[in-house]
Amino acid sequence: MSDPLQPPPNWAEEPPPPPPIPPEEASPEEAARALAATGVVTLQSATEAELDALDRRLDERVFRSMGSISVRYVALFMLAGLVVTVGLFAWGYQVYNGIGVAGIRRPVFWGFYITNFVFWIGISHSGTLVSAILRVLNVEWRRPLTRAAEAMTVFALMIGGLFPIIHLGRPWRFYWMIPIPNERGLWPNFRSPLMWDLLAILTYITASSLFLFFPLVPDLAAVRDRSTGIRRRLYRLLSLGWRGSQQQWNRLHLGMRIFTIVVIPIAVSVHSIVSWDFGVTQVEGWHSSVFAPYFVIGAIYSGIAALMTVLVLVRRGLHLEDYITLRHLDRMGKVLLAVSVIWFFFFWAGFLTDWYGGNAISREIQRMHMFGSMAPLFWTMLGVCMVLPFLTLWFRRVRTSPGAILVISLLINLGMWIERFLIVVTSPMRNAVSFDWGTYRPRWPEIAITVATFAAFTLLYLLFSKAFPLISLWEVKEGWRIDRWRREGVMEVESDVPSIEPAAGTATGVAAAGVAAAAEARS
Amino acid sequence: MACYAENNIGVSDADQMAMGRNRQWIRIERYWDHSEYPDVGARFLPIMCQQCGQAPCEPVCPVFASVHSYDGLNTQVYNRCIGTRYCGHNCPYKVRVFNFFAPEFPGPLNQQLNPDVTVRSVGIMEKCTFCVQRIRRARQEAEVQGRPIYDGEIQPACVQTCPPGALVFGNGADPDSQVSRLMGSRRGFRMLESFDTRPSVVYLKRASTTDV
Repeated sequence: MSDPLQPPPNWAEEPPPPPPIPPEEASPEEAARALAATGVVTLQSATEAELDALDRRLDERVFRSMGSISVRYVALFMLAGLVVTVGLFAWGYQVYNGIGVAGIRRPVFWGFYITNFVFWIGISHSGTLVSAILRVLNVEWRRPLTRAAEAMTVFALMIGGLFPIIHLGRPWRFYWMIPIPNERGLWPNFRSPLMWDLLAILTYITASSLFLFFPLVPDLAAVRDRSTGIRRRLYRLLSLGWRGSQQQWNRLHLGMRIFTIVVIPIAVSVHSIVSWDFGVTQVEGWHSSVFAPYFVIGAIYSGIAALMTVLVLVRRGLHLEDYITLRHLDRMGKVLLAVSVIWFFFFWAGFLTDWYGGNAISREIQRMHMFGSMAPLFWTMLGVCMVLPFLTLWFRRVRTSPGAILVISLLINLGMWIERFLIVVTSPMRNAVSFDWGTYRPRWPEIAITVATFAAFTLLYLLFSKAFPLISLWEVKEGWRIDRWRREGVMEVESDVPSIEPAAGTATGVAAAGVAAAAEARS
Repeated sequence: MACYAENNIGVSDADQMAMGRNRQWIRIERYWDHSEYPDVGARFLPIMCQQCGQAPCEPVCPVFASVHSYDGLNTQVYNRCIGTRYCGHNCPYKVRVFNFFAPEFPGPLNQQLNPDVTVRSVGIMEKCTFCVQRIRRARQEAEVQGRPIYDGEIQPACVQTCPPGALVFGNGADPDSQVSRLMGSRRGFRMLESFDTRPSVVYLKRASTTDV
């Protein structure tokens, strides 16, 4: 930890003070360190040489973390790999013996698997929110966070998308849901919410993969230029012939501007559709019109919490404290607090309506939640999802403490998992035919597979961190220059694409070329 | 038992039964009243698939395994089913039965499987069919002989076996059939009518004024 961030008294309102101007004799490296150590890098008086030094330092930091493999990395990799292997074994065991090795039964036909499905699809919403919404709103501090968030979306979707297949009675026939011409002469049933699910998730994973890939291209080119041999060939292929020409920057900026706006409604629709798996049924406790917005906000909530967990671990693990700073955690913490309140509002809207309605079945479900067998889960959920963030996140001291943020965000995600469990699993326990009330108890294959998905997520992230820069290099560099020029009054920043005089030719580096090119496209 | 034999229903062991994984297509629901022994009162309700006219299980199936037949049956096409179990959730009567494991027929049950009925594999949903194989056979015989199906000609296994004739099966569209006359009774009710599933099964209340 380079800097515990000593904020001035008026810290929240005022822009941070300009960094100390490094003495003349300081090397560019030291100058860069001094600049970067202030959190959000303000470059009011930074010279081009100092900016270049910052660039080099960022490159060096990121590429070094990509190139080296520590003992801790290997240990974590092996551990995660072991857990994933156990999970795969459990899945194989289940496929071989029948879905009955899981704890599902009548009337609770869906158990941990669909809970995990909803949970992971929820996690995947962090990428869209943090990246797309912050991009649309032109929030500058998003820059070092977007890559980690977008990668998270893709990984969470890869995992979440597996669960509908894992939970099938005949998983080897899952492709019968895909609308392709087939020998059965049978089209799938588009009235089924499960079909909507399939299409929504396929759309979302396509869109979010591209959303991750587009801004990755210039960084892939940077990796390409630094690597040799087979790796160079691979990255050359991946970077799609990126040369950093103005035309290429124009297209990247334009593409991202369009795509950013397109991907937001896709994300909202995906979790709405997941919620309609439940909302459109006749099952009491599921049948609810508040579910779509409730699930969307719940997804954003758990997604942001998961992103904060990842950010805390990544900045520590990859030594990126100078780039993913305490200020970022602080701001994300504020967003998390706001979203937790909105989440509780939707929870309460549904809860109150059910309770006041007085339907015998939903009253029984609520009794079970509040005072019955599910009471420990229910109150834990409310405690960690509502009370805990509300009591803690108001304080800057908490928001800027990585340890506290790690604990809070993990607990919130535990709570959100329980929330999904309560909805998915406990509602069907009570139904109109009281002779058929039932319960549910998970068995080891379900638990093993559930744990394995968290390990799989870790594994994917570990692999990604060695293959690709986890910080969007060009976007951070672009941000530094935009920041500097704005402070100098060289340009007005209205959007991602700044208006700037062609005199920006003074700018150097890949990112600066991009800014200038984009500016040209605009004028 | 007749139902198990007729429809090749696999036998679940005690553990599976205790978990609620029995494969009964027709079950007798028992509702005890609050009286003390020995004056214990109990109500029985035999519940099988209600063959809803507007079945909640049908639209949710992504692969058209749960579909309406041309003659109004709510059919389950076994070889289409991939086992999402969504239909089981959306059925208000909870009459759908899932094959959590491959069915077992411990001897000598394996000697008496009905050749007219598919043995269902692991991972698919099944339920009461109104003994569709008997309906189809009767229809084919009637067509060959060029006559309508007689009232009472078709008897599902449960109807055939019930000694006091508590279960009656027939053509509700034929106003002269026995089942139509019974359906028109003032004692008739359908289960969970508030769901508006329009079941084909009509129950007759006990004809007593004291026992509501």
